[in-house]
Amino acid sequence: MSVEFDEAHPPMIEVPRSMPPRRVPRTSRGNFELYAWLFMRVSGMLLVVLVLGHLFIMNILDGGVQRINFAFVAGRWSSPFWQTWDLLMLWLAQLHGANGMRTIINDYTRRDTTRFWLKMLLYAASGLVLFLGTLVIFTFDPTI
Amino acid sequence: MSSVAPPAPAGPVVRKKKPSGTLYRGREGMWSWVAHRITGMLTFFFLFAHVLDTALVRVSPDSYDRIIETYKNPIVNLMEIGLVGAVLYHALNGIRIMTIDFWFKGPNYQRQMLWAIVGIWLVVMIPGSYFMIIHTVENLFGSK
Repeated sequence: MSVEFDEAHPPMIEVPRSMPPRRVPRTSRGNFELYAWLFMRVSGMLLVVLVLGHLFIMNILDGGVQRINFAFVAGRWSSPFWQTWDLLMLWLAQLHGANGMRTIINDYTRRDTTRFWLKMLLYAASGLVLFLGTLVIFTFDPTI
Repeated sequence: MSSVAPPAPAGPVVRKKKPSGTLYRGREGMWSWVAHRITGMLTFFFLFAHVLDTALVRVSPDSYDRIIETYKNPIVNLMEIGLVGAVLYHALNGIRIMTIDFWFKGPNYQRQMLWAIVGIWLVVMIPGSYFMIIHTVENLFGSK
């Protein structure tokens, strides 16, 4: 088994094996990456409660997924509490997921054009999900 | 860059014994990171589909109920258990990452914390899977 980390051998982060960028961008992006990093932690903490609560209610409580239908949704969204819950979960999850995917695209794409278009696709899909999800929560009509 | 490993000294090299397993190369540290990416991506793609299917409540009760029938299919129900397992791992490992980032002793216990969350995952998923599938099984065999 491995040696425990101790004072003499603290955990270390080794030099990256990937090649450094060919050219260093002239303009700095400010602290964007720091805020993105922090957002992942803050949203992650909230999502643990929101998403695990959502999964427990929808899949386990009462009849699980078998009891879900239009009437069930209408009942839940008659309460501002669940509307707020779902709206918050939608925005936090989509932004958290989009930033995660952005990181993955940046890590694995090699050509600039591939990276650009994959990210455009990601942003378009994320915009659609946020717009559609928000619209549905705010304009839901149980008497439709 | 104070966190990088110092360059190897020139001249006759005395091979220093490295502590086995850093945070990000090989062993538990790396594999938990790989699993975090995969579970995150799975959840992201599911979220996209899930917002679209829920948006059908704005079309008509009938179209929503028809798409939700898909989720009640036993095979899809099994896939939902997989999704819950992926989300639960991502949530627990996210808490582990925050502990590594913000608790000064976190990096020293990252390996033990991984096995702790694997334990919690099993303790939640074993009864959780039962309660997620039981209503579907009851429906399937007409005992309800």
